[in-house]
Amino acid sequence: MTGTTTPTAAGTAGSPPPAVHRPPLRRALVPYWLLLPGVLWLVVFFLLPLVYQASTSVQTGSLEEGFRVTWHFPTYWDALTDYGPHFVRSVLYAGTATALCLLLGYPLAHLIAFRAGRWRNLLLVLVIAPFFTSFLIRTLAWKTILADSGPVVEFLGTTGFLDLTAFLGMTEGDRVLATPLAVVTGLTYNFLPFMVLPLYTALERIDPRLHEAAADLYASPVTVFRTVTFPLSLPGVVSGTLLTFIPASGDYINAELLGSTDTKMVGNVIQSQFLRVLDYPTAAALSFLLMAVVLLIVTFYIRRAGTEDLV
Amino acid sequence: MASLLAWLRRHVAVVAGLFTLAYLILPNIVVMVFSFNRPAGKFNYSWQEFSTEAWRNPCGVPDLCGSLTLSLRLALWATLGATVLGTMIAFALARYRFRARGAVNALIFLPMAMPEVVMAASLLTLFLNLGAELGPLTVLIAHTMFCLSFVVVAVKARVLTMDPRLEEAARDLYAGPVQTFLRVTLPIAAPGIAAGALLAFALSFDDFIITNFTSGSTVTFPMFVWGSAQRGTPVQINVIGTAMFVIAVLTVVAGQLLADRRKKNSAPSAR
Repeated sequence: MTGTTTPTAAGTAGSPPPAVHRPPLRRALVPYWLLLPGVLWLVVFFLLPLVYQASTSVQTGSLEEGFRVTWHFPTYWDALTDYGPHFVRSVLYAGTATALCLLLGYPLAHLIAFRAGRWRNLLLVLVIAPFFTSFLIRTLAWKTILADSGPVVEFLGTTGFLDLTAFLGMTEGDRVLATPLAVVTGLTYNFLPFMVLPLYTALERIDPRLHEAAADLYASPVTVFRTVTFPLSLPGVVSGTLLTFIPASGDYINAELLGSTDTKMVGNVIQSQFLRVLDYPTAAALSFLLMAVVLLIVTFYIRRAGTEDLV
Repeated sequence: MASLLAWLRRHVAVVAGLFTLAYLILPNIVVMVFSFNRPAGKFNYSWQEFSTEAWRNPCGVPDLCGSLTLSLRLALWATLGATVLGTMIAFALARYRFRARGAVNALIFLPMAMPEVVMAASLLTLFLNLGAELGPLTVLIAHTMFCLSFVVVAVKARVLTMDPRLEEAARDLYAGPVQTFLRVTLPIAAPGIAAGALLAFALSFDDFIITNFTSGSTVTFPMFVWGSAQRGTPVQINVIGTAMFVIAVLTVVAGQLLADRRKKNSAPSAR
């Protein structure tokens, strides 16, 4: 997800551009012919839909009488005031899940990159392996794992963990299913590989001799991690958090399968407004608002991460 | 006890990493174990008794295997479409300088940087406004769209690391453009194209959110699983999940072994 590529690779090595025998104009058109079908597909089925959605969001009307563009902007305001809690929950749950993914994913990525030795490939397969079973089936499996009075919930109850999460407003009583904790657990689980893989890629690139050099200069393992390993892994941290936060903020599967009516996120509202209530303008407005919120957070985050990287 | 604590302190990162791995694998184990359950009611969420019934009759639930074949067919077509279109774009971006490069890069990046539900919802407004009938065709269009970017990224990464001098060498040896492409360029780019295609297949086969919005009454496998969460989950779902897991892991392991052996066999002659 680097987006930009350094303008080096092609046409370097001191070589003249290939295929000099062909007439220059025809050659100049080659990239455009290569791009045409795919770009057309994206314009028609990605950009154009966004335009249609923008127009839908300022329509009024009903399913029976049809919708018409009336530039009715209050729909946005109404959507925001009606579903404000859902927005807050989406950002909160996705943010918590992202933080947990980082916390859980970092040691695993570290383990695979530096400590695994010949087990490295096996561990990588184990990280990707969950993908092979349909993720909906795996999410449903959490219903079994977190079942009331099941071993997991019982353990969490006796260790006092549930008291802590209840204090934080994540659980209620001795249940985990149908609480925010269950939704966050599901989100964290579902997007963890998206955190581990970029982290691993970033860590794997670090020259181990840097660690040795730091250790030779009497840095403790903690100092080595704080001053060498972690700063060098920042690109992985940034791409990992984005790859986790963006999809998690729009997700409605975990909230639907593991949560309750009190844990609905924006995705759930968009889904039900579009597919059940059939209030298209509100649904379209919500969808745009979600896009705006995500873009805002991501831009702000990239700015922050970018400057920290330089310091 | 004290030595155990000391050991734990020294290996805290490793222990934490293994804990995360267990968290990742746990649901797969549950899915596997519960494929041998005989549930008491409609839902397969609590253990009752051991049974191999579902394994002997994996298609014993109406519509289950139909949805599975539909998902497979859709994923194959979407993979084909996205791979062809994406590979062309990747070559254009990696090999040529042209004016719209920045814009095209942004167009490729955006679908990956947007919550899936936003794309799904906007596609639905397009289809509704055009009066298109929702069904397998709209799902296919949508899947091809969102898989495209991932193919471009995978293929571009490979093409960028290719040495252009190999193609020059082929041309110097009087290979025509078509011959050069088929005998030199394509084989070198093949691993990237294969990776992109595999990714597209996996994404399409397992996609729920975009399918949910664009499928109408068409039931793909993820749609079937989703519906079963409300109506009652047959054990066969766990059987199919387990089978997918086992087949995929065996494929990966076999591929790894094959690559190892090939490396070992070619090692002496390669030098």
